[in-house]
Amino acid sequence: MKIRVDPEKCQGHARCYGLAPEIFDVDDYGQASVILDEIPAELEEKARLAVANCPEYAIEIIGD
Amino acid sequence: MAHIAPVQDWATDFDVLDPRYVSDPFSIWDDLRDRCPIAHTDRRKSSWLPTRYDDVTDIAHDIAHFSSLKVAVIPGDEDEDPNANFDGPNLEYGLPPISADPPLHTWTRRLLLPWFSHKRVESYVPLTRELCRGLLAQFADKGHADAAADYAQQIPVRVIARILGVSPDLSDTFTGWVRDVLEFADDPERRQRGGEGLFNYFLGQLEDRRANPGDDLLSELLTTEVDGKPVDDGIVLGMAALVLIAGVDTTWSAIGSSLWHLAAHPEDRARLAAEPELMPTAVEELLRAYAPVTMAREVTEDIDYKGCPMKAGDKVLMNFPAANRDPEAFAQPDVVQLDRAHNRHVAFGSGIHRCAGSNLARMELQVALEEWMARIPEFSLAEGQEITWAGGQVRGPRILPVVFP
Repeated sequence: MKIRVDPEKCQGHARCYGLAPEIFDVDDYGQASVILDEIPAELEEKARLAVANCPEYAIEIIGD
Repeated sequence: MAHIAPVQDWATDFDVLDPRYVSDPFSIWDDLRDRCPIAHTDRRKSSWLPTRYDDVTDIAHDIAHFSSLKVAVIPGDEDEDPNANFDGPNLEYGLPPISADPPLHTWTRRLLLPWFSHKRVESYVPLTRELCRGLLAQFADKGHADAAADYAQQIPVRVIARILGVSPDLSDTFTGWVRDVLEFADDPERRQRGGEGLFNYFLGQLEDRRANPGDDLLSELLTTEVDGKPVDDGIVLGMAALVLIAGVDTTWSAIGSSLWHLAAHPEDRARLAAEPELMPTAVEELLRAYAPVTMAREVTEDIDYKGCPMKAGDKVLMNFPAANRDPEAFAQPDVVQLDRAHNRHVAFGSGIHRCAGSNLARMELQVALEEWMARIPEFSLAEGQEITWAGGQVRGPRILPVVFP
């Protein structure tokens, strides 16, 4: 699985980072980014949770 | 407080200060969502009240039609000169970035955000925890407390004072001013008193910080440069006042509402006591169910929005609390599920004005609940004692008597 954060949509709610700091980072301005090229199988559930909790619909799964 | 004529029809004549709306807005939103998802009123000022998640978030993202220049839910006299009773720098920009559109919004927000980043907020955890423990120690052995006034109200103001570099000894005074401008905004005298108190206080702090800079937010705002120029004093004052106003009533209300919920719902309280690992999810769920803040927008030009003839100058009340109770967006929205896994709530808003202090608020709420539950895991509402709620721009309990063994 690969995922990305759309920087145009992200508004810094940091829900993804709160749920899955293994997958996401946030900078000083709240901008989130994905720190893993590939999401390992054991983190896929967490990645899906982050997608489902982003208030800006900014996280997308770009390939399984 | 001005007299509130009882509302007869919520769809055409709503009033967010009607006591029924303050005590139970939920059933009113449910009714409106079914028959008229965007209500209107001519009270105070022509205003619209969306109740559906999609409408609220859609309007929040349409900054061209819905400006943030006037964000007060209880507008008072917004055309009055902000400097009429203030002998100091020009306050025409209000409280940026909350009362600004781009480009002013963009650069003032960037100055504030690092002070409320995840990393920075982590560094405020120890002082917040210590503060909560100190408050609990004052009443934990007494068997009863006012969870709003003795606890919730005391926490955010002191953390914010530390960030601003102002004296926590003045916490009660700060709280009074903030209540004057938000909770009692319908009373012109109190609104003016609160505004004057805040701006005159920060004006003095500005002069002090210029002479003796520290490592606080105020000092940084005074020494920073934007496009090679220092930030206008009026904007620094507005930003400082915003941080205090936005950082006090809001989080205090969220802590109070959460404690009210746990006191009134023994099964949830017991579950959180037994499963403390639920706390982060529970915090999001309590924020969803009891989102304290409604903000306003101003319509920039006449527009037909989903059949509503909005006029330039009308207000739209950004009903984030109602969006969070929309059954189209949340399964069983009126049931608090402490382990709700899918929770795209908008308690902190949506779009470019997402609450700049959301990391701080979330941390304060979590630490306040953790410390309370660790010290007082069993508690309930005090039977027969009155609970009072504030409403309008910020909803939360103001008197919350609870008892415990």
